[in-house]
Amino acid sequence: MSHDAHAVHAHAADPHAAEAPHGSLKGYTIGFVLSAILTAIPFWLVMSGTFSSPVTAMLIIAFAIVQILVHMIFFLHMSMKSEGGWSMMALIFTLILVVIALSGSLWVMYHLNTNMMPGHDMSQIP
Amino acid sequence: MTDTSLTARDGTPLFHLADEHEHAEGGSTMLGFWLYLMSDCLIFAILFAVFGVLGSSYAAGPSPRDLFDLPLVALNTAMLLFSSITYGFAMLAMQRGRSNQVLAWLAVTGLFGLAFLSIELYEFAHLIHEGATPQRSAFLSSFFTLVGTHGLHVTVGLVWLVTLMVQVRRRGLIAANQRRLTCLSMFWHFLDVIWIGVFTFVYLMGMLR
Repeated sequence: MSHDAHAVHAHAADPHAAEAPHGSLKGYTIGFVLSAILTAIPFWLVMSGTFSSPVTAMLIIAFAIVQILVHMIFFLHMSMKSEGGWSMMALIFTLILVVIALSGSLWVMYHLNTNMMPGHDMSQIP
Repeated sequence: MTDTSLTARDGTPLFHLADEHEHAEGGSTMLGFWLYLMSDCLIFAILFAVFGVLGSSYAAGPSPRDLFDLPLVALNTAMLLFSSITYGFAMLAMQRGRSNQVLAWLAVTGLFGLAFLSIELYEFAHLIHEGATPQRSAFLSSFFTLVGTHGLHVTVGLVWLVTLMVQVRRRGLIAANQRRLTCLSMFWHFLDVIWIGVFTFVYLMGMLR
């Protein structure tokens, strides 16, 4: 009896025990239903052409961001607590790098295109 | 005044712990695998950046509007989403310790993954047949690189999945196999996250251009 209690206590106190994040049927179902809805709406928006292109673009980007969050939370079981917060630290660091790489590339290359490549305007060629 | 320094048996002072404190086997695998996924995320971020830069350089060739078939992409997206939820069911079965259910759900996941790959290969073959090869324009080069890299990841995921099915069949749901299954679940769900970016930025935004 006391041995069992000790074993349970030792397991709970061991900070390095392999404790995989557990999903639940409810969590997976909620994640799946939300993902299905968040996928269907952008496809419908683009296929039906309800709104103008810029509005649709903003909307589908918003839906994609929300769906990525849904996947992170319900499928990948991300939380501030997983792996003692280090997963979240790695994720935040990666997101910063992704934002720098994406915005930097698009910004620099856009200006390079508009300022340095005059040869593409075919209408000016007689 | 108390002496708090540790001393070894022969009396010399010890300034560090001679033995590292105990780590459970595989205790750091999840964090390590997460770090791998984050670096993989950077690969995809760069490929997305390349597509963002080159995605409208058609070289007077076909544009996304001429090429993409949205219902097919929607079907593909559904396949990957279904495979995500069935992998979730495999993980739930693993938590209950039912190895036969795990194998069944893994098989279903593998079939959905295979369906995804087949549809993607059909799409690629169709594009190439129409002359929209990777060599045609910068848009198509970056398109095939980005979507192809994702498809390659799914292929590797499928090989891994079959390997784990053999492992579970032979060894059962031992701790090592549970760890491997958890890693593959992260990999599989991660690929679905990347696909959200692909269908949004490549296919849907492409149709709006």
